[in-house]
Amino acid sequence: MKPNNETNPLVRVRNLEVAFRIDRSVVFEAVKRVSFDIPQDTTVALVGESGSGKSVTALALLGLLPPENSIIGAASEVLFGGGNVLRRSAPELRAMRGADISMIFQEPMTSLNPVFTVGFQLIEVLRLHMGMTPGEARKRAIELLDEVGIPDPGYKIDAYPSQMSGGQQQRVMIAMAIACEPKLLIADEPTTALDVTIQKQILDLIAALQKKRRMSVLFITHDLAVVGEIADYVVVMRNGEIREQGPAQQVFENPQDAYTQALLKCRPQLDRRPMRLPVIDDYMDGRTLGSRDMSERTRGVDPGDAIVLEVNGLGKDFYSREGLFGKRKFEAVKNVSFKLPKGKTLGLVGESGSGKTTVGLTLMRLHEASSGEAIFEGRDLLAMSPKEFMAYKRRIQIIFQNPYASLNPRFIVGEILTEPMQLHGIGAGGQERTELAFELLQKVGLPEASFYKYPHEFSGGQRQRIAIARCLTMKPDILICDESVSALDVSVQAQVLNLLQDLQDEYQLSYIFISHDLAVVKYIADEIMVMSEGRIVEIANSDEIYRNPREPYTQRLLASIPKGWHGGRGDAAPT
Amino acid sequence: MIAATKVIAVAHTVSPGLWALAWTRLKSDHVGMVSLAIVAAFIVMMVLSALGLIAGDWAKETGINYAPPSFLGDDIEAGARTGAVTSPAGTPGEPGSETRPGGVDPLADAPAEPKEGAKPAEAPATETNGDGGKSVDPLADVMADIKAGAAREAAKGGAVPAEVRAATLPFGGDKWGRDVLKKTIKGSQTSIFVGLAAAAVAVFLGTVFGALAGYYGRWVDDFFNWFYSVFNSIPYLLLILAVAAVLQQKGVLTIILILGLTGWTGTFRLIRGEYLKHKAREYVQAADAIGASHLRRMFVHIFPNVSHVVLVQLSIYAVGFIKAEVILSFLGFGVPVDVVSWGSMLNEAQNELILGKWWQLAAATTAMALLVTAFSLFTDALRDALDPKLKGRSGA
Repeated sequence: MKPNNETNPLVRVRNLEVAFRIDRSVVFEAVKRVSFDIPQDTTVALVGESGSGKSVTALALLGLLPPENSIIGAASEVLFGGGNVLRRSAPELRAMRGADISMIFQEPMTSLNPVFTVGFQLIEVLRLHMGMTPGEARKRAIELLDEVGIPDPGYKIDAYPSQMSGGQQQRVMIAMAIACEPKLLIADEPTTALDVTIQKQILDLIAALQKKRRMSVLFITHDLAVVGEIADYVVVMRNGEIREQGPAQQVFENPQDAYTQALLKCRPQLDRRPMRLPVIDDYMDGRTLGSRDMSERTRGVDPGDAIVLEVNGLGKDFYSREGLFGKRKFEAVKNVSFKLPKGKTLGLVGESGSGKTTVGLTLMRLHEASSGEAIFEGRDLLAMSPKEFMAYKRRIQIIFQNPYASLNPRFIVGEILTEPMQLHGIGAGGQERTELAFELLQKVGLPEASFYKYPHEFSGGQRQRIAIARCLTMKPDILICDESVSALDVSVQAQVLNLLQDLQDEYQLSYIFISHDLAVVKYIADEIMVMSEGRIVEIANSDEIYRNPREPYTQRLLASIPKGWHGGRGDAAPT
Repeated sequence: MIAATKVIAVAHTVSPGLWALAWTRLKSDHVGMVSLAIVAAFIVMMVLSALGLIAGDWAKETGINYAPPSFLGDDIEAGARTGAVTSPAGTPGEPGSETRPGGVDPLADAPAEPKEGAKPAEAPATETNGDGGKSVDPLADVMADIKAGAAREAAKGGAVPAEVRAATLPFGGDKWGRDVLKKTIKGSQTSIFVGLAAAAVAVFLGTVFGALAGYYGRWVDDFFNWFYSVFNSIPYLLLILAVAAVLQQKGVLTIILILGLTGWTGTFRLIRGEYLKHKAREYVQAADAIGASHLRRMFVHIFPNVSHVVLVQLSIYAVGFIKAEVILSFLGFGVPVDVVSWGSMLNEAQNELILGKWWQLAAATTAMALLVTAFSLFTDALRDALDPKLKGRSGA
């Protein structure tokens, strides 16, 4: 697969410049003079954090940039199939899309039209681009569904998207994308919305299809670990510029650029646990690795640890209406019991639908529990009247997943921070509360000027810091982190994880850390509880569970974690 | 695209609130700003007129009957015809004195009259005197009224006939020689006030009901939805007539209540939907987690996030209710006859039009069309400026 790729690449991107007009005077440069090649029959990964311009680059390749407000630089060229894509007319572009280049998107749930069967949508593509008769198209559609691994394709072809799981929907999207045998498949974060076990299957599928059909794949992702499994070439982007590009082996084993090095190191690794995670600034400012504390942090709970929260037999049922009078019971959480030691972190892992978030919300009484008890300072939190609970409410706090949604957009940060103190009578008078708020802003590493700003002026990581500061105003004993770092970029993730660790060390906070990201949980948690379908599968010390998982489910989960370069693609490994 | 907007939202260093951002965006919309200026001018006019600073003397009969607009000059033909029509009722001066105490005729339902073409001046009088007078001799009541009026004037000792009447008025005069321009200004006071106040009542009700229904859900939602459905199943105009019948009196306040009490349903549905959406948002859950009460979550946390919807609703309703007031007054269910509004002007105009006196119609229609168009355009601009999809929230 290597010969004369360099000389005759499939796509040649030269000096691509894309800017967006925000309003009359402001222009935002999304992509700045980017040049790279996509050789034939290879997988090229475009890696970058949010705002790096990777998705815009992909849209430019497809000629999908919105004409109203995008400005493409005069020297920009995207050479594909003997011409500049950027200069093509709309009908030419339409003919090219789908047939020569096709794309799969991040969210399969929103990319498929919910009111048509998957077969209808697949057949439509085949008839439009391949000019097949309905009968031929249907036959071909079934073959394609079979090829992407949909069980019983002859039956599933008539299913609606809602009748399929997320993984199956993404498989259908892939089937549609490869239906016209494109030369280039663009995959924009195709696995980010999926569970780790499904992610593994989809990655394997894309890799297998690439090899079988000898097409090229442009794989866009923020996750270097995924890239290591699939890519031949890697292009690292940041703020619209290419920081580094080269064969995967070179980028992973001998990264030249400080940013690439940072990306590789900031992400928690399964085999190491430093006292603090390195953050991106350490690398960008040229601080050397030697200056940091390289010692490993030890994790684990001892039987002698003081217990702050003891949960016994927690259950939560949801009811959905069925028929005229009937109700159907859905048990989201079944008989969950655990103990949370003081100053330690309990990691709660599981796939979507495993009930891990419900456990967190039920403990906060944001959902009423159906059964069970939660003993805190000798009292059952779940059995208290709402009035009694108010006094305990501030003791358990939660940090939500999406920092863009969890802060009220119409409040300034100062109001967000002082409101809980006001509600719980913490601090005497507004003056003292304001001072406390300033103190906390400093503690979470935000400048004082933040007090007067609105949430939309902050980046995701900064917003999550504000959310953490809001919890700290109430001096809680237990902090529930519900996927709190999952929506953040890798570099920011490391900063927030470090902050959480510092706060735990300082205040002896206990964390319940809910996440689907097994590497992050491995880094932060002392004890890990694996959940599946509302039940606890396994609880053990975190080192123990990764070294020696007892249950088959845990084993399967751990085997699906992307291993980065070291797991590597067999055939792409250095010869 | 998404990535681009995100970065820009972060790059803003000064911190204008979302309202300030919306205002900046509104300012760059020329159509929106021009219409805002027109709307503002109308409102200033309304306030000045309410304070009696302008058009306070609108009821004074300064011109001759149906004085033509000054820019047309002293239209001989029109003047002659006016004379011809009014002469049976008496001298030009007299009809004016008759209608001065117009407040005594609360049911001036001119459209019902068959003989309006012949003698518009007497129409109000006939109705008052009821069934008997109508069929016997229309002129008798008029004469009686005229005599009573004249007697009253005489008793006051006023030298009425000595008044000098202008031959033309800036935008013409009405039946009694009142300045149409001033009348229009005075009429705007009623129409705009009714529109804004009724919109405020309707949007307030709709917002409170919608917030309760959307936030609490369950039986509260069921109850309001049921109430809404019942309300909506009754034809709109019928409902207005029913409320009018219950309130049993005519007046500006009555119209405000009629429109306000019947108009809340649209806002209700919209706000209910917004609350349904927002109560599941994480920031509301976060507010619950820090211990904020239900009312606090509803009105301190969620309300500012839906307030732009309320504002747009308010201006849409104001436009609708200004029109509704005009229609109601035109149909005679509106303001009492001693109150002038654009609707009552249009009502009078239908008689005048047959005589070729178009200026009262033109004045009221132009004023209303200008305001309603400007208000609608402003509403559009406002909606664009407040659209959270454009900026500010930088969708995650």
